[in-house]
Amino acid sequence: MRLEPRIPTRMGDGALVEMTRSEIKADLEEGTRIAAQKAKVPELTQDELDHLLDIYASAARFTAVDIGEEVVLSNDGTGTKHIGNRVQDLQSYETLLGVDMVELWQADYSYKAVKTNVAHEGQSMKIAQALLTNPVQYGAMPDLGRYSQPDGPIPNWSELLPLGKIDEARDAQVEACTMLVGDIEFVADAMIAAGADGIDMDTTGAAGDADFLAALTACRKLREKYPWLGIEIGMASEFVLGMHGQLEFDGQRLAGLWPKDQLRMVEAAGGSIYGPAVNINTGKSTAWNIARAITFIKPAAEVATIPVHVNVGMGVGGVPTCLFPPADATSRAGKAFIEILKIDGY
Amino acid sequence: MEGAHSQASGMGGMRAAGDLVARVQMSKRLRLKEAKEYVAGKLGCGVRDLSDPVAMELIRREHGLGLLTMTSSTYPAEPGMMEAKFNIAEKLGLHINCVELFKERAGIRA
Repeated sequence: MRLEPRIPTRMGDGALVEMTRSEIKADLEEGTRIAAQKAKVPELTQDELDHLLDIYASAARFTAVDIGEEVVLSNDGTGTKHIGNRVQDLQSYETLLGVDMVELWQADYSYKAVKTNVAHEGQSMKIAQALLTNPVQYGAMPDLGRYSQPDGPIPNWSELLPLGKIDEARDAQVEACTMLVGDIEFVADAMIAAGADGIDMDTTGAAGDADFLAALTACRKLREKYPWLGIEIGMASEFVLGMHGQLEFDGQRLAGLWPKDQLRMVEAAGGSIYGPAVNINTGKSTAWNIARAITFIKPAAEVATIPVHVNVGMGVGGVPTCLFPPADATSRAGKAFIEILKIDGY
Repeated sequence: MEGAHSQASGMGGMRAAGDLVARVQMSKRLRLKEAKEYVAGKLGCGVRDLSDPVAMELIRREHGLGLLTMTSSTYPAEPGMMEAKFNIAEKLGLHINCVELFKERAGIRA
């Protein structure tokens, strides 16, 4: 009996394993089926699954898109003191890695935290603008949880909810949302005065629907003030949690939104770039994860009127959750998103 | 990870025209195809040239759009950084924030 050859591939935690072509095919089929059921969206077509199988059932150490099919790399979280200081990192990303835009940010990646240090951040932005030709945006998380006790002044809704204090928990989130919008605006105004080309609200929705509402509201305010500004809204996950449950933006309830409707909200708020995020299941193969992620995002990519930059980094978008994502998995994820979804960047 | 992404599918930043297409995506909210066509139209080149570092070295020199300073051939007399961004704003018809602030703060009249 002839055994089917085994192909080296990755698990969602980055572990190198061997699977047969049939096993990879089965994982792709299961990944798309599970996502389609969850988000109530169509499964990937047979052609798309076949194409993913060609990409993933390969022992090649590296893969790439065809010449001419390259996309814009927005690189949120550019440089983490790899060398020297942060601005030198941005320069090395521009010159050595050849990325298309860079992002100045600080380790406490939260607008609330940046507010207390905004003058220093603004000075770094000003220096970066003098030393780089690439567009430089400033990025941080909305991070609504920072406003709840004990880190912030607002009663903690995660403590109120289990006590059955639903109204109090909702009021607390609305109050925190108002503070967060003010802080995003405050930091953005300072960075724009220092020369920033764009503002990135990254990992949006991490604290649920009130977190997403704050980002959308801040986005709309910034768009009204700065028509030319690049505004990127990157998501925390594929699904907006209903921590409040009743919040709306332009009459649309935010809790429970999947990528297509997240995109619609970002477009309505005036965002320049929408960044969908689908988290990795570390116990499943990267083939399973990529099929699931592409199925969630496909309805958004099909109707977008603004650029879609998928989060394809550690632990999201088919890239394993590990400190040093292997190039075989990273390059396959990028190629898959570009060739199946025709995304605009990542 | 960023290196792998860049090699697998990136436009190459200012080694080619990735920075220019990125600026158009950011400020004009255009999707990739339209953003590439916009830049190619303004530069009078083909869309495929935009991610070709050999073609773009010549095109960037022709229009003063800035070149990397660490290549084997350096051009000290060419526009760099802020100077290049003035030319990018003009050539692509874009509002570049730091260029506008530079003009305002240096008292440069349009």
